[in-house]
Amino acid sequence: MTEIVLAPLAPKMTPTSAPFWAALGKGRVVLQQCDACEAWVFYPRPRCPHCLSAALSWKPVSGRATLTTWTHCPRPTAPPFAGFAPQTLAVATLEEGVRMSTFLLETEGRTLSLGMALAPRFVPTEDGAATLLAFAPA
Amino acid sequence: MGTQRKGAIVGYAEWPTVRRYEGTRRFMLEQWMDLAAEALEDAGLALEDVDGLVCGTLREANMFVPATVVEYLGQPVKFAEFVDLGGATGTGMLWRAAAAIELGLCDVVLCALPGLPIPTNPDPRDRPPPEARWLGSTSNAWGSPQAEFEVPFGNVAQNAGYAMIATHYEARFGSCEGARAQITAQQRASAALNPLASFYEKPVSIDDVLASPMIAEPLRLLEIVMPCAGGAAVVLASPEKARKSPHRPVQITGYGESLTIKTPTFAEDLAVTPVAAAAATAFARAGTTPAAMDLLALYDCYTITVLLTLEDAGFCPKGAGAAFLAERNLAFDGDFPVNTHGGQLGVGQPGLAGGLLQPIEAARQIMGRAGPRQVRDVNRALATGTGGVMSEQVALILEGA
Repeated sequence: MTEIVLAPLAPKMTPTSAPFWAALGKGRVVLQQCDACEAWVFYPRPRCPHCLSAALSWKPVSGRATLTTWTHCPRPTAPPFAGFAPQTLAVATLEEGVRMSTFLLETEGRTLSLGMALAPRFVPTEDGAATLLAFAPA
Repeated sequence: MGTQRKGAIVGYAEWPTVRRYEGTRRFMLEQWMDLAAEALEDAGLALEDVDGLVCGTLREANMFVPATVVEYLGQPVKFAEFVDLGGATGTGMLWRAAAAIELGLCDVVLCALPGLPIPTNPDPRDRPPPEARWLGSTSNAWGSPQAEFEVPFGNVAQNAGYAMIATHYEARFGSCEGARAQITAQQRASAALNPLASFYEKPVSIDDVLASPMIAEPLRLLEIVMPCAGGAAVVLASPEKARKSPHRPVQITGYGESLTIKTPTFAEDLAVTPVAAAAATAFARAGTTPAAMDLLALYDCYTITVLLTLEDAGFCPKGAGAAFLAERNLAFDGDFPVNTHGGQLGVGQPGLAGGLLQPIEAARQIMGRAGPRQVRDVNRALATGTGGVMSEQVALILEGA
């Protein structure tokens, strides 16, 4: 891809999710998994939201996902995205079953559909503080 | 379930909604006092009758909101609540007030939600940050999951969230574009007869809705509430105190509440809303059914909210909303009256007060005070509230005593 994209807003990162952001910075995706009930957990937490166990481990995952929903916004959803429009916001469901908010890249000429396969794209923020996990049709 | 000592709406105040308010700006506490006076006068009750109070957020106090209001009004109470449910705050206030009356905790409860602009602080350091304007219901505080995992993607405020709910629904059940446009057009037909509405005497056609600018696909401008200024208050009373009111008491016979998520990214099923659980609880408590409702007053921040609420509250099966609406007319003179005041799509959204306009219209119709848009023989109504992006919903069953 020749498209160079920088995200206008950086996340307000927390110590709990530091491993997630650190991995994205190296082009990898990691998720928490509960050692007790094996549930995958996103966003990162100190305990499992299914069984409240505090035994969570970070595991590398593929970053492959499917498209759960999307919206193409001809007008920026917020002023910082004015130069970024048109935005295609989406919800992706990772292979492990967890959902995350994201935006889609490389959608030109593609018809988006429910369940469409998505591949991860690593998008640095303009300030260089973080790398976001975006997706493109696979 | 059920109770012998049902709390009833006995009076209300509703300020006209305007897009650009040019009147005197007042603090929310000052508006609270004005709304209290108007609603109590309407109810035929005095300040000294009030022994319960339910508040929402107040710009003048981050904590101790009820005590601040109690002191300002000059009336001690035995029951005080602070409700923080976004657009479901109004309906959430009313069932808490009714439940307190049912339990015998108090006899007369005042609920108010001011929504006029407050004075501009001459000290610029004390004004809200500019990002507050576009964050809407999204928290950008450090440590908030939204600040970390939603805001960086531009998934802020409400438009994109509701649009993604609509996209997911339509991908599974087919386009409801025509039904969505119908909801706006038929509610605006009712609003055209409501002198309190921003869109009084301003009807629109289905084609007008479909021709309005796309904001977040598939939602267009006329499917989205317009923010405006206003304010509303409701007085609830026990059966004994209700006798002092000149109006037919409107009992809250059923109520249900459901909170599931903050951001729909994490909804278990994006096509199913919390009102499914809230309405089931409310109908069971009242011992009634959707078919027994004479009128619906459904929270309508977006057209898609009305469609999903109709399905999830049990008026038609999941996915059948568009076909159901195609055979019905929602206007005040139609065969299936919904939001006969125009809804927020017709009245405008005066901040949190927008969530009181639905139950107030249901009460107004049951009391027989709806004037030119009065529906005949209204005895039972469902009113709903929706907060955040389908985060939380409240359902109320209102019945004329």
